[in-house]
Amino acid sequence: MAPRQRGATDPAGERELLSAGDVARTVARMAHQIIEKTALDAPSAPEVVLMGIPSRGAPLARRLAVKINEFSGVAVPTGTLDVTLYRDDLRRGPTRPLEATKLPDGGVDDRLVVLVDDVLFSGRTIRAALDALRDHGRPRAVQLAVLVDRGHRELPIRADYVGKNVPTARSEEVHVLLEEFDQRDGVVLR
Amino acid sequence: MRHLLSTEGIDPAAATAILDTAATLKQSLEGREVRKLPTLRGRTVVTVFYENSTRTRVSFEIAGKWMSADVVNVSSSGSSVGKGESLRDTALTLAAAGADCVVVRHPASGAAHRLANWLQDAGTSVVNAGDGMHEHPTQALLDAATLRERLGDLADRRIAIVGDVLHSRVARSNVHLLTALGAHVTLVAPPTLLPAGVANWPVTVSHELDAELPSQDAVMLLRVQAERMYSGPAGAKGNGHFFPSAREYSIAYGLNENRLKLLPEHAVVLHPGPMLRGMEIASSVADSPRAAITDQVRNGVHVRMAVLYHLLAHEEETA
Repeated sequence: MAPRQRGATDPAGERELLSAGDVARTVARMAHQIIEKTALDAPSAPEVVLMGIPSRGAPLARRLAVKINEFSGVAVPTGTLDVTLYRDDLRRGPTRPLEATKLPDGGVDDRLVVLVDDVLFSGRTIRAALDALRDHGRPRAVQLAVLVDRGHRELPIRADYVGKNVPTARSEEVHVLLEEFDQRDGVVLR
Repeated sequence: MRHLLSTEGIDPAAATAILDTAATLKQSLEGREVRKLPTLRGRTVVTVFYENSTRTRVSFEIAGKWMSADVVNVSSSGSSVGKGESLRDTALTLAAAGADCVVVRHPASGAAHRLANWLQDAGTSVVNAGDGMHEHPTQALLDAATLRERLGDLADRRIAIVGDVLHSRVARSNVHLLTALGAHVTLVAPPTLLPAGVANWPVTVSHELDAELPSQDAVMLLRVQAERMYSGPAGAKGNGHFFPSAREYSIAYGLNENRLKLLPEHAVVLHPGPMLRGMEIASSVADSPRAAITDQVRNGVHVRMAVLYHLLAHEEETA
């Protein structure tokens, strides 16, 4: 498939915001930012764990951990945190299937937890994640890393690490595509 | 899904969704500091038990509480049921009082279906927690969850259900569910303890336990329900007319250590409880690692949480 020009709308009404190469570079940059901000490679470093929010936050957390290890030599544990049962909009739609929650060995107590998700929108998923996390233990601090921040927040929540800020209309949909689910990497606007 | 009344005709995809949810819940809740989810906050679940039961009632109560629902227990003694109020009036009272879900156990087959009909307009969900000799769908689901844990996928697995099939709602619900999930079920019982019409069930029938054991992936023993074996005038009880004696039943159909050796290495032993040790199952077998009886109870809570989630966590689409 010929590479598409970034920003161009293809016949399917899809506009590419990030190419596969952009996603890789963005993840690498976020890994550097996490190392810098948490000082996880310093002698008195906090114990950092990455918790991906399924579905696409989970592989993103694993990719970040690989990059962090590559750049700093520190193996950061990863886990997944399903927030479905904590959502405040469950009654509004059909039954949602649950995804796995898997804490890293040692849990989250007194560790610096970085929540990882693909898109930050209303902030309600992150609110649910904070509630879910509280039931699993008491982290020393919680930070948030998202690949795309598309705005339209409904709650006072902001991310500590943002791959790309994308101003959007409410009617638009931002899709993060990952090899693990979509056979290709990229971010598109539909 | 609005009610869970029966496993007859259950959509395998719906059953699998409940089992998957239960497995995920179990995995997510393991080792947690707080075993409580806010999912059903503000919802009210009422359990109405017209028959004695410890494990089923407690299991539903814990399941509801772990999902943050308000759980109210009603038993037939100490309530208007004991004063002779009809099931219909009890149901309408509970719905009017704001119950989102009624979990009912009743000695009459079909009681849960009647209840669901009466509550159709009230928007209240009904879960059948055992109706007479008819069905006990959540027991079948927790059995399937336990079997999936031990055996993996149930497609083409061979499962023997042994004992008092005639009086067993557990057996009926399991036959429907396990065959829907692709398993092959063999009923093993004396001819007197098999229901009329069993030839039309999607099962193999046998009277010889020893001959069936070597080919089974799991054996599910049933309780001999002496309280349902009326042998004389109405109300009189006794088991003399279904088999000669407990000893003879035990010799022919009890799972003892010698019989356990006939089973393949990987085979699992289930019993819905309460067990008659020494008759249906030898104590050493019940306590052996091959038996998954306490797993069944543990999984019961997660399966019932999953059922409540699927019934109550979303608004019912208006049909």
